[in-house]
Amino acid sequence: MTSPYRFCSKPLSVLRAGFQAGLRFQSTGPQASARAATAALKESLGGFSFELTDQQKEFQEVARKFAREEIVPAAPSYDKSGEYPFPLIKRAWELGLMNGHIPEDCGGMGLGIFDACLITEELAFGCTGVQTAIEANSLGQMPVIIAGNDAQKKKYLGRMTEEPLMCAYCVTEPGAGSDVAGIKTRAVKKGDEYVVNGQKMWITNGGKANWYFLLARTDPDPKCSASKAFTGFIVEADTPGVQPGRKELNMGQRCSDTRGITFEDVRIPKENVLIGEGAGFKIAMGAFDKTRPPVAAGATGLAQRALEEATKYALERKTFGKFIAEHQAVSFLLAEMAMKVELARMAYQRAAWEVDQGRRNTYYASIAKAYAGDIANQCATDAVQIFGGNGFNSEYPVEKLMRDAKIYQIYEGTAQIQRLIISREHLGKFKQ
Amino acid sequence: CFAPFLCLRPPQIRVKPDRTGVVTDGVKHSMNPFCEIAVEEAVKLKEKKLVKEVVAVSCGPQQVQETIRTALAMGADRGIHVEVSGKDYETLGPLQVSKIFAALAKKEQADLIILGKQAIDDDCNQTGQMTAALLDWPQGTFASEVTLEADKLKVVREIDGGLETIKIKLPAVVTADLRLNTPRYATLPNIMKAKKKKIVNVKPADLGVDVSSRLEVLKVDEPPQRQSGVKVETVHDLVEKLKEAGRI
Repeated sequence: MTSPYRFCSKPLSVLRAGFQAGLRFQSTGPQASARAATAALKESLGGFSFELTDQQKEFQEVARKFAREEIVPAAPSYDKSGEYPFPLIKRAWELGLMNGHIPEDCGGMGLGIFDACLITEELAFGCTGVQTAIEANSLGQMPVIIAGNDAQKKKYLGRMTEEPLMCAYCVTEPGAGSDVAGIKTRAVKKGDEYVVNGQKMWITNGGKANWYFLLARTDPDPKCSASKAFTGFIVEADTPGVQPGRKELNMGQRCSDTRGITFEDVRIPKENVLIGEGAGFKIAMGAFDKTRPPVAAGATGLAQRALEEATKYALERKTFGKFIAEHQAVSFLLAEMAMKVELARMAYQRAAWEVDQGRRNTYYASIAKAYAGDIANQCATDAVQIFGGNGFNSEYPVEKLMRDAKIYQIYEGTAQIQRLIISREHLGKFKQ
Repeated sequence: CFAPFLCLRPPQIRVKPDRTGVVTDGVKHSMNPFCEIAVEEAVKLKEKKLVKEVVAVSCGPQQVQETIRTALAMGADRGIHVEVSGKDYETLGPLQVSKIFAALAKKEQADLIILGKQAIDDDCNQTGQMTAALLDWPQGTFASEVTLEADKLKVVREIDGGLETIKIKLPAVVTADLRLNTPRYATLPNIMKAKKKKIVNVKPADLGVDVSSRLEVLKVDEPPQRQSGVKVETVHDLVEKLKEAGRI
């Protein structure tokens, strides 16, 4: 558990010293006490920084330029047609904006989660549909990155850096989303293979993936605990028996490819098991600590877009003789949107930073995802409100934001599941 | 060898209260767009194996290093940062920069200097031409197409009347115009690789160049504010107003 005061080396003694110094110096005048306060301030700020490194700033610049110059203009037509934005994805892959987590020995850049989040926020600003298609790669790859052996990593991560391929994370089923332990897809060992049967649903990149991370139940005993009953597999998409369903028509993020997938007597070689039989649940959940901060970053990017579009409009549109931004009702809406965006950003940055430091970040990751998902929806709605009648219309960019935002409260752990996790972590800390 | 310039890309330009220049504090500095095109052309020539090495040069204070890094990330091999800061930087103009470039070109034994046709902060459009003159090299300015033909450079220039094609001998100076190419993005892997490339620090004095300016800026003014007009009722009133204003 991480203390919120971790950044000050000696919080209490610093405060005490400052206090004593203040009292002692009171007799010698206000300037002396001000000097003492500055020394204490410097000590307490020692470890904490909001500064990005030069490299992070450069990465952010490239992602920002790409998003604003290439994604933003193309997004409305992809939203209308629902066509998979492969040209944009290919471009992002060429620029190195995708697959950042892949380790260097597999041809990747071995970026941390923080760097990935910076890039994700910028891409999401352009279009969260495009960004989700890209992000699904990270989600699919994460189990292999954290649990794959060298051969598996070289084979399945290596190929992602050689050409722009997609992968997918296959866990959710029609009957089990939040309740991962309730999945029914069965994997039965037969000789050197596992035979898989079952139904998966809402799989992002389901129809475009080159391979899937699949979670299936290997222990049929209903009394077996979740931590032993499931196994993680890598499945090549062209394996006989893998049948992607139709592309689902969703409310938002329309260009992202979401499908059901049927597994009918699919044979998986035992070399494609991650770690071993029964290790699957922990791998699937472990991936989330690293993928929730980028999802939160995506939601923040959408909220930032909503804020910028609304601000621009409010400084152009006039009513009652003034720009609408000069009416307090509107400026207060913008102020609250700004508050939410800044806080969501700080939340995902903290969650990403924690996991990059090597610490368990579940608490922060859930907070970031829950908060960012909620405020993305609020900011999108407020943006439509500020646009008024125009906001409701498809010629203006904000109604798409409202439709795109909703899924952030659902996928990657629903808003309710996040609250379950946060309360459990919080109470756990408290009881210690 | 070529030179990207540090330039201003401010959201809104404001004149300093003492009217000696524009406010540069807190303004994001980035590579001059025409120089970006120059960098791209140089990298393209290297990719075609027509040039051996591309060196990015910039003159200015510490922040200039970021711009050089961008050029390295685009494909330049190494960088030279000519340090000019403070008062010297405020008065640094095309003549001093050309002297620096000429000195560097001789030192590095460069065969080609490519730079942007002009910097978008001062719009001087002088550095390329002055550099060529100081070196006594031929120049191909406002280039929209550059082709290497044996030891000569064929340059298509954008001029008022259309396009002019010239052939110049190397070594030469070329200044890039808008349609020469579309600069590439620096990809993330290239940004990381660029960190390993060297940037060397040099002072103008080391090159024997005196950066003091021969020019003194007397004042800088904003363009006159557009005054609102006045409505008049009759033609008679209009004539009276025009007479009052001394216009007729």
